Amino acid sequence: MPWLSTLMGVSVLGALGVTLVRNDKLAKQFTLVVSLIVLALTVAMAVQFSPNGDKFQFAETYDWIPAFGVHYGVAVDGIALVLILLSVILVPIVVLASWHDAEAGKRSVRTYFSLLLVLEAMMIGVFAATDVFLFYVFFEAMLIPMYFMIGSYGGAQRSYAAVKFLLYSLFGGLLMLVAVIALYSIAGKGTFMFTDLVGTIQDVTTQKWLFLGFFIAFAIKAPLWPFHTWLPDAAAQAPAGAAVLLVGVLDKVGTYGMLRFCLELFPDAAKFFTPLVITLSVIGIVYGAIVAIGQTDMKRLIAYTSVSHFGFIAMGVFAMTTTAGAGATLYMVNHGFSTGALFLIAGFLIYRRGSQYIADYGGVQKVAPILAGTFLVAGLSSLSLPGLSTFVSEFMVLTGTFQRYVVPSVIATVGVILAAIYILWMYQRTMNGPTAESVKSLPDLNAREKWVVAPLVALLLVFGFYPKPLLDVIHPAVQDTLSSVSVTDPQPAVPVAQEGQ
Amino acid sequence: MEPAEIIQHSGGAIGAAWLMIALPLVGAAVLLLGGRRTDKFGHLLGVLMAVASFVVAALSFVQLLGFAPGERRRGIELYEFIPGLAKMGLLVDPLSISFCLLITFVGSLIHVYSIGYMAHDPNRRRFFAYLNLFVAAMLLLVLADNYVALFVGWEGVGLASYLLIGFWQHKPSAATAAKKAFIVNRVGDFGLLIGIFTIFATFHTLAFDGVLANADKASSGTLTAIGLLLLVGACGKSAQLPLQSWLLDAMEGPTPVSALIHAATMVTAGVYLIVRSGPIFQGAETAQIVVTIVGVATLLAGAIIGTAKDDIKKALAGSTMSQIGYMVLAAGIGKAGYAFAIAHLITHGFFKADMFLGAGSVMHAMNDEVNMRKYGALRKVMPVTFVTFLIGYLAIIGFPLLSGYFTKDGIIETVMEHNAVLGWLAVLGAGITGFYMSRLVFMTFFGAKRWEPTAHPHESPAVMTWPLIILSIGAIGLGAFLVLGNRFMTFLAPAVGAPEEMPAFHPFSPTGLATLALVAAGAVFAWLKYGRAEVPALAPRGSFLTTFARRDLYGDALNEALFMRPGQWLTRLAVFFDNRGVDGLVNGLAAGIGGTSGRLRRVQTGFVRSYALSIFLGAALLAGAWLVVGNL
Repeated sequence: MPWLSTLMGVSVLGALGVTLVRNDKLAKQFTLVVSLIVLALTVAMAVQFSPNGDKFQFAETYDWIPAFGVHYGVAVDGIALVLILLSVILVPIVVLASWHDAEAGKRSVRTYFSLLLVLEAMMIGVFAATDVFLFYVFFEAMLIPMYFMIGSYGGAQRSYAAVKFLLYSLFGGLLMLVAVIALYSIAGKGTFMFTDLVGTIQDVTTQKWLFLGFFIAFAIKAPLWPFHTWLPDAAAQAPAGAAVLLVGVLDKVGTYGMLRFCLELFPDAAKFFTPLVITLSVIGIVYGAIVAIGQTDMKRLIAYTSVSHFGFIAMGVFAMTTTAGAGATLYMVNHGFSTGALFLIAGFLIYRRGSQYIADYGGVQKVAPILAGTFLVAGLSSLSLPGLSTFVSEFMVLTGTFQRYVVPSVIATVGVILAAIYILWMYQRTMNGPTAESVKSLPDLNAREKWVVAPLVALLLVFGFYPKPLLDVIHPAVQDTLSSVSVTDPQPAVPVAQEGQ
Repeated sequence: MEPAEIIQHSGGAIGAAWLMIALPLVGAAVLLLGGRRTDKFGHLLGVLMAVASFVVAALSFVQLLGFAPGERRRGIELYEFIPGLAKMGLLVDPLSISFCLLITFVGSLIHVYSIGYMAHDPNRRRFFAYLNLFVAAMLLLVLADNYVALFVGWEGVGLASYLLIGFWQHKPSAATAAKKAFIVNRVGDFGLLIGIFTIFATFHTLAFDGVLANADKASSGTLTAIGLLLLVGACGKSAQLPLQSWLLDAMEGPTPVSALIHAATMVTAGVYLIVRSGPIFQGAETAQIVVTIVGVATLLAGAIIGTAKDDIKKALAGSTMSQIGYMVLAAGIGKAGYAFAIAHLITHGFFKADMFLGAGSVMHAMNDEVNMRKYGALRKVMPVTFVTFLIGYLAIIGFPLLSGYFTKDGIIETVMEHNAVLGWLAVLGAGITGFYMSRLVFMTFFGAKRWEPTAHPHESPAVMTWPLIILSIGAIGLGAFLVLGNRFMTFLAPAVGAPEEMPAFHPFSPTGLATLALVAAGAVFAWLKYGRAEVPALAPRGSFLTTFARRDLYGDALNEALFMRPGQWLTRLAVFFDNRGVDGLVNGLAAGIGGTSGRLRRVQTGFVRSYALSIFLGAALLAGAWLVVGNL
């Protein structure tokens, strides 16, 4: 069964279907059902994935533009699989959370939900693409629905934010396009298929240039310091649901691209640039956290925490140890759940009070204890509290990086302290203390909102204590990637024979 | 004597040791998820889960005693936690079971006490949920068989502590204290985490089994680094210098919390970590010396702070710092000190919980007044509280034959043999303890009434006094039981090792007599100043030394000057730089091409220019960064 095409097909047909529905409420319900079907199909596919089988599974390849060797080629390895799972889990949650978000303006409610499903198809496509050109197409096309979701349904400064987002991304995309075409012609294989291109570029100088083309595009996407300034604007202006997909999934394409393309296609260049990337990552971790502490706007604060978190992911990718690489991949998934919960619950709060400013709140815990409690759990996941899944990934990234790069790992661990400051201070200012006059009549979470938060909290907890199902899928894929870069893990000073370790 | 090997175990109570953690965890989950529906029986469920956990611990203890001493380290595998890094497994051995018994027994008593203490709080159910969560996390901390699972428990108790300090979170002071406790603990955890990374990089495992049995194969430099990093973690959790500042603020929490978390159990986790990681410290002499210095400095600092506090809970908190300082000092000595460190930890758990709950009983009777200058003469109206408190007091100052006499003097004797300077400083600390604890007792229970007109003190209900009575029995007899005949040292030996020669007990050694004399002098001095003389209702200004002690030895001022203000300054600078510097460049670019209009057409007309400019900007940034780091 062509699983991946089916997933995308259902999403696209759903998107078309939504535009045909007459009434807004029905359109929302229809979108929710479609996204749940996609989720169910993805789970059905995922359970058939064999972690130690072929590297790429559920492969489908058809010629698209035979003259240039462009294919419609999709398949997943463990890394792509968990990221697709992340995407399809978040979409129904976002649909449910965005129930009233599109109603504020004059724009069509149906279009918003249709865009969500279009975006879902593209998110699946971008992670599944095995043809570099197809990947590029998805990479760029994803901008379009997101541009409209921010520009048409966002906050007061939405136009500015949307254009800034688009400009940054297009700039990166163009660099990548140049690199993709150069890769195609220098490799001289007459194909864009990823597996055929691996190992074709031997010349180190060529690798370096092509690496930069890809890397800058991914660094903007991720975003890595200092390419990050579009993110706080975009995330603060986007509707909460769109912000979740933007930061939770779209940005992961950047770090995913580093792991998949930068490392495997240009291994020598990747090793050459590693000190640079690790430096930028560590700066981003500390810098993002410090700037987050100083924010007065909740959504901007959450966006800056992500700048810090993306530093961890990029550091883990370029540390090139199995533990760090697997940790970074798991981090991409967990960060989606964690930041998703933060953005959505902050969104619920903002929807009630009509302000994003932290100073406009205070003592919400007393009037809305469930909202406050879930916000705290989401916050604790952002500061990587053990027992929540984000701890596992952050711990793996830091442990794995430490094996090779002691000083960067130590500096990055400062981020652990800073995270406690930005989260708990925000929580204290909004939720603790005497109840502010303006929030005295704030209602607590309603049933729909509880259904939004519950799955996210459950996922954070379950994978916090039992991350094995995800790691079993991720580990072989990361090991495979690292072996194609031909690096091996550092050996311990005192080897201790341990079964199964 | 070296620690025994760990034997894989299944079956019996020990095989079900995970229930100890699971039961209170289920309690917490039911109470938190059940919400208001569980208000009616929430406190009872909380107590039940704590008691059930104690029953499992007691049965495990009995089963453990059934094995020969060399076979009393039982490992239980649960499941694969983080593949490649750690399994989730438990280690039931004499060290961990001692903690389990302390945590669940004292924990259960404090649960019972809280029924009465929190009776009028509308959120009593939530309080019991957090208490259950704490017990579960604390048991995971001590039962874990590897450093990751330990860390999960370690931060878990930190979370429970955060939630409980800030339990009355409508009070800004409580919310701030809770946040401060968490952040200072995170500073400690920063050290602990890097210690764990170093362990993994060195041994490629995080299991105690693999790390500790092979510690002697690592270089002493590595072991020193690991030891010092673990010590940083221990300092955070156990409020040792220089990470002590959070503990005094933590008294904002309800008093049962102060008794359970900030006196009897959680704050002793640092001592546990040092003792558990014994083989690492034994290979790192420098680290051991630093541990003893931290211990002795904190035992003096805590005692000095204790002398100057008028808030009864803060005086007790200073005392807790000080007593944990004794434990850390003993743990720094190595095998000769471990048994005394843990024995004192256990007796301290009893007599300090006894006194904290006693203080809570007093506060309960005095409309939550904490200022001892407004107490006085309470011994007549609160006889049970008074007598149980008095027993705790006699135990902590080391009155002959009571618990503290055996365990604290055991530490002092051991330290004296190890290093006379440290030994005499520990004796000095005991003298100050004699003073500040006597001051506290005289100000509270003796002298004239200095009550607020609205205060009508009365004895607390039985649900609160019975825990006091049981704890005070422990404060009387537990020390003699553990120390006489080296009973506890022999029991603990398979887990932590033991010195070649067991110490002999000298009832009145020169050190012991000197200690007693100093304690008596301290008590007499306190009597002259706070017993016989009238206590002024307002604190006199005092000398600069008094101010020094009242201001917690300027710990907070130092933190503010060194970290907080530069931190705020740095934050503002970074935000400004991000808005004007990094973003300013981009906005200039966008303005140049009319990007803010949002009209795609105009964006496109400027596209080539923006493209060129952007490439230039990106290239310049990259080149700059490359120049900085290219030579790494």
